[in-house]
Amino acid sequence: MIAEENISNKTIQQELGKPVITISNLCKSFVTNHVLKDFNLSLHKGENVVVLGRSGSGKSVLIKCIIGLLNPDKGTIEMFGKNIPELDHEELDRIRVKVGFLFQSNALYDSMTVKENLEFPLRRHWFETTQQKVDEMVMEALENVGLTHTINMMPEELSGGMRKRIALARTLILKPEIILYDEPTTGLDPITGKEISELMVEVQKKYQTSSLIISHDMNCVRLTADKIVVLIDGKCYAQGTFVELKKTQDPRVKQFFE
Amino acid sequence: MALPLKTRFFFSETGDIARFTGRFFSHGIKPRYEITEFFRQCFIIGYKSLPLVSLTGFIIGLVLTMQLRPALMDYGVESQLPGMVGIAIVREIGPMLTALIFAGKIGSSIGAELGSMKVTEQIDAMEVSGTNPFKYLVVTRVVAATLMLPVLVVISDCIALYGSYLGVNIHSVTSFHLFFDQVFHRLAFGDVIPSISKTFFFGFAIGVIGCYKGYTSSKGTEGVGSAANAAVVVSSVLVFIIDLIAVQITDILGLN
Ligand SMILES: Nc1ncnc2c1ncn2[C@@H]1O[C@H](COP(=O)(O)OP(=O)(O)OP(=O)(O)O)[C@@H](O)[C@H]1O
Ligand SMILES: [Mg+2]
Repeated sequence: MIAEENISNKTIQQELGKPVITISNLCKSFVTNHVLKDFNLSLHKGENVVVLGRSGSGKSVLIKCIIGLLNPDKGTIEMFGKNIPELDHEELDRIRVKVGFLFQSNALYDSMTVKENLEFPLRRHWFETTQQKVDEMVMEALENVGLTHTINMMPEELSGGMRKRIALARTLILKPEIILYDEPTTGLDPITGKEISELMVEVQKKYQTSSLIISHDMNCVRLTADKIVVLIDGKCYAQGTFVELKKTQDPRVKQFFE
Repeated sequence: MALPLKTRFFFSETGDIARFTGRFFSHGIKPRYEITEFFRQCFIIGYKSLPLVSLTGFIIGLVLTMQLRPALMDYGVESQLPGMVGIAIVREIGPMLTALIFAGKIGSSIGAELGSMKVTEQIDAMEVSGTNPFKYLVVTRVVAATLMLPVLVVISDCIALYGSYLGVNIHSVTSFHLFFDQVFHRLAFGDVIPSISKTFFFGFAIGVIGCYKGYTSSKGTEGVGSAANAAVVVSSVLVFIIDLIAVQITDILGLN
């Protein structure tokens, strides 16, 4: 139970940060499929919030709304003091530099090598970077995930777990202030999953990032979560720390912890 | 009056393609221009189609000459062979054949490539990496296809004429100089310009349809396959339709 004590200490120490993402009354539907109905959430500076929810409950839709890939029907998403759905392309880009996004499907560019994949966001967001600096940052990002030897490989030559780690490296390469993870450990063996979770915690400590994590992997949730939000029926059904929610008697919440 | 479902689908699809084309222009004229990616696409689209286009051009020139020869001999106008073949190739067969091969090779590969990028969220990933994926992927490809097809057509025409020269030489002996003298004696400015001009439109149509089908393809690997397939079918039909319109226009302008 040592781990759990650590977790409760962590929450206390982080109540201080101010919110970096505030979502209020978010609604999103696809034709007749009402995915999100009045969803509310806030993410504070330096905090890790985990969103738990069944498959198809709209978790990916939620973070795609946050990054501006989907347009919500109603509600506001405030990030760095700006309402995301109202922004134009340029303003969105200025915000997106500060936000990392890990796709559920990794979304590595399969016509590019690992190196080119990692260089892409660097070259795109920072135009005047020298090649030497870019190379350094690519190497640093690969060292972080322990895959320096794959630098000249194509994504198709990598295993699923390696691809996930490269995608993570690509997400972290711009040193974002906020990171949105869509199922970072799904499909990995427990050991690699744990390594990734630890890496996420390490990154958060090192760069004081705030993250929103979508996951069903209880090991990952236990290691990373400061706060857990349970997404059921398109709403924030329950929230609390890992310890609090674990003790709950509500059957709909309980089933996640079994 | 309710239209049958297929007709309605046809019109909504046409509207979507028109909107997609409009988006091409509105995004394409604004900076930032993706110059490096554009040249890369020119290389892929143009240079890599060259062997295929050359081979088919060569064969069609040779075969056409051999097929036409007996008929012209019957009328005793065998000496007109180079001129006739030249007209046929430059005005119609060269552009059409090259465009159809191009639609098959480039249209399908653009459709499949963008389709798989779409379903694996690579297009979304570009967007969050500070890149306008429409500019980076669509505008570059469409412009490259528009500019590369005419170049390929000119090359293919030349190779087809060379094939024709060899075809003439199977049964009789003509010098290279004499053959091309006869070809260009028949060919006028009014033959060459319209036939090259229409290939810009062919290339544009193939690029736009390939990108449209890929960019809007639905989830799943099946979606990618049907995107590639539809790209070839629709762009091939469009090439014929544009050809029909082009011949009417040249007719009206009196260039025929
Ligand atoms: N682009 C879209 N068009 C139509 N419906 C969509 C679209 N994206 C998602 N949906 C629907 O929204 C719902 C939620 O999808 P979402 O991908 O957010 O689920 P999820 O919670 O991430 O599930 P998983 O854990 O399996 O990834 C699903 O019912 C899905 O059918
Ligand atoms: Mg999901």
